[in-house]
Amino acid sequence: MASITMNHIVKKYGDGFPAVNDVSIDVADGEFMILVGPSGCGKSTLLRMIVGLEDITSGDMLIGERRVNDLAPRDRNLAMVFQNYALYPHLTVFENIAFPLRLAGASEQEIEEKVRAASDTLELNEHLDRKPSNLSGGQRQRVAMGRAIVRNADAFLFDEPLSNLDAKLRGQMRTEISRLQKRLGITTVYVTHDQIEAMTLGDRVAVLKRGVLQQLATPRELYDHPANLFVAGFIGSPPMNFMPATVEGTTLKLPFGEVELPEAKAQAAAGKGLLIAGIRPESFAEASAPHARDVSEANTFDATVDVVEWLGNETYAYIPFEAPPEVQNQLTQLEQELDGEVVRTQLVITLDGSSEVREGDRVKIWMDAEKVHLFDPASTENLTLDLGRAGRIPDREQTD
Amino acid sequence: MARTTRKTLFGTGIGFVVILVWCLLPVAWIVSLSFKSQAETNSGSPQFLPKTWTLQNYRDILSNSDFLYALRNSFGIAIIATVLSVIFATLAAYAIARLDFKGKRLVLSLALAIAMFPVVSLISPLFDMWRTFHLFNTWPGLIIPYMTFTLPLAIWTLSAFFREIPWEMEQAAQVDGATPWQAFRKVIVPLAAPGVFTAAILTFFFAWNEFALAISLTSTTQARTVPAQMSFFVGGDPFNPPYGQLATASVIVTIPIVIIVLLFQRKIVAGLTSGAVKG
Repeated sequence: MASITMNHIVKKYGDGFPAVNDVSIDVADGEFMILVGPSGCGKSTLLRMIVGLEDITSGDMLIGERRVNDLAPRDRNLAMVFQNYALYPHLTVFENIAFPLRLAGASEQEIEEKVRAASDTLELNEHLDRKPSNLSGGQRQRVAMGRAIVRNADAFLFDEPLSNLDAKLRGQMRTEISRLQKRLGITTVYVTHDQIEAMTLGDRVAVLKRGVLQQLATPRELYDHPANLFVAGFIGSPPMNFMPATVEGTTLKLPFGEVELPEAKAQAAAGKGLLIAGIRPESFAEASAPHARDVSEANTFDATVDVVEWLGNETYAYIPFEAPPEVQNQLTQLEQELDGEVVRTQLVITLDGSSEVREGDRVKIWMDAEKVHLFDPASTENLTLDLGRAGRIPDREQTD
Repeated sequence: MARTTRKTLFGTGIGFVVILVWCLLPVAWIVSLSFKSQAETNSGSPQFLPKTWTLQNYRDILSNSDFLYALRNSFGIAIIATVLSVIFATLAAYAIARLDFKGKRLVLSLALAIAMFPVVSLISPLFDMWRTFHLFNTWPGLIIPYMTFTLPLAIWTLSAFFREIPWEMEQAAQVDGATPWQAFRKVIVPLAAPGVFTAAILTFFFAWNEFALAISLTSTTQARTVPAQMSFFVGGDPFNPPYGQLATASVIVTIPIVIIVLLFQRKIVAGLTSGAVKG
């Protein structure tokens, strides 16, 4: 059991491209840390640097109090679950799980006990004599985890462990991993590109973009107080709506109409000209819906619904709008950074599942102005950010 | 559809029969010869099956000390060449598959070029060299040239196998606490076992069957292998070679090959890595 500290970690490849650029993350003892970001953001590279499969170009990697930069993987006492499990196909499930113990020179009796304990935990008892090739995806996943928990490792490292499973199994294994980690109370670093895994599993989440740490915060902080456009767009599904906006006094002008901003937000955005407003789909409601709170006439507008997606428990309504090129460019770029496809500028609104809205309807929409985020189109920073509640944002630290 | 299937099956059947006859008829003929008496093989009107079955040829050849020495030499030389060749090839192929070093392509192409070199052109220089180095008519004198021809093939086969093994296997082993050598020995080599067996069998066949070097670089039964020794089975009468004896010797030297193939054919089946990763 140990904390993991990354101090200004840099990884440069042969061509000088920094895959990981000056990342500092401290993982407390027993904490579940998530590294998340779109593909190519350096999250896996960072994980592989922790475990020692990748050299560190500069910076310090500390496990506990020990600097491990130059230690071989076997001397770091970490357990890792690989994306494709990396089970040993020539060994049975029992021997796969026993492998680290055998290397450590444990006695037969100890191996037997520990492997049994691990297989009890992971419900692998009936598969111990089988070879990995005869197992299902979920079973292989559990074997890979068994190999990790059987040792007294200082920390667990997961490299996108669920990405090869189908959706249902992924949900189950996610809960399983969470339960296991809570029970063992072991420091865990978990890499994923899936923001749902990031939100549900992590004590804290580190969002990375192109090798740079964007924000390090709890899932709730990330969701409610995203540091910039990238984090705002990455966390949440369906994603946050972005639209052009200008602030005059305390009035926020949006493509659909005008809403009254709270004093503090209006001040933060005063005199900045054209902005990007970010509003989560659930910050909207039908003005006619019975549960819409505090429906003040000021924060409502009329709009024509283009497409409706009914999911049972809720409904997504899509409302297209026009954006000036300045904002359009920024949004296109953002969408590319998020591995997305571009893009029609449209508003996504989460409505109640009982909503009667149909395609082509003109509806009165209410918006929660408290939940609006305003972003600077040039720097993409969140201007309305409550810094005290947004965790760590390296960008802002440097300017202080 | 059904008609086409039946027609295809029929065609396939015919094909099999033709190939079987083509390949196995000479073998059957040799086996049959080995059970015929000297008198019968030398008579003017031979038939396929022996008129009278006899084991005399086997008794003769197994009491022929020259043949037994040759058999011993063949086994010794082939096994040593195979073991050394496989060990070196495994290490070399692993390096080629895993490491990125300068001149990797050159090493591989050179290896291939050596394997393609005509054996005959090497005989006279080797003959002179081996006499100078006192390697003429010794086991190492045959093992060394055999290895030069089998190593490239083994390296190529094995490096293809190593390349197929996901690198994560090895990394997982290292994270699990293995030294690079342990990871190689406990994970990579077992996974490459089909490749190792394939390379071993190819090497063994080459060394077992080789004739040109064996006849040129040996002079006595101290190092002469079976293929070379058999060329000395000429008998007393130049017009009536001991066909029965030759056939019997052929049958005896074929038996080990058949046994080896039967033992290892299951091991050669590739695809052992299935199940290692998502698949």
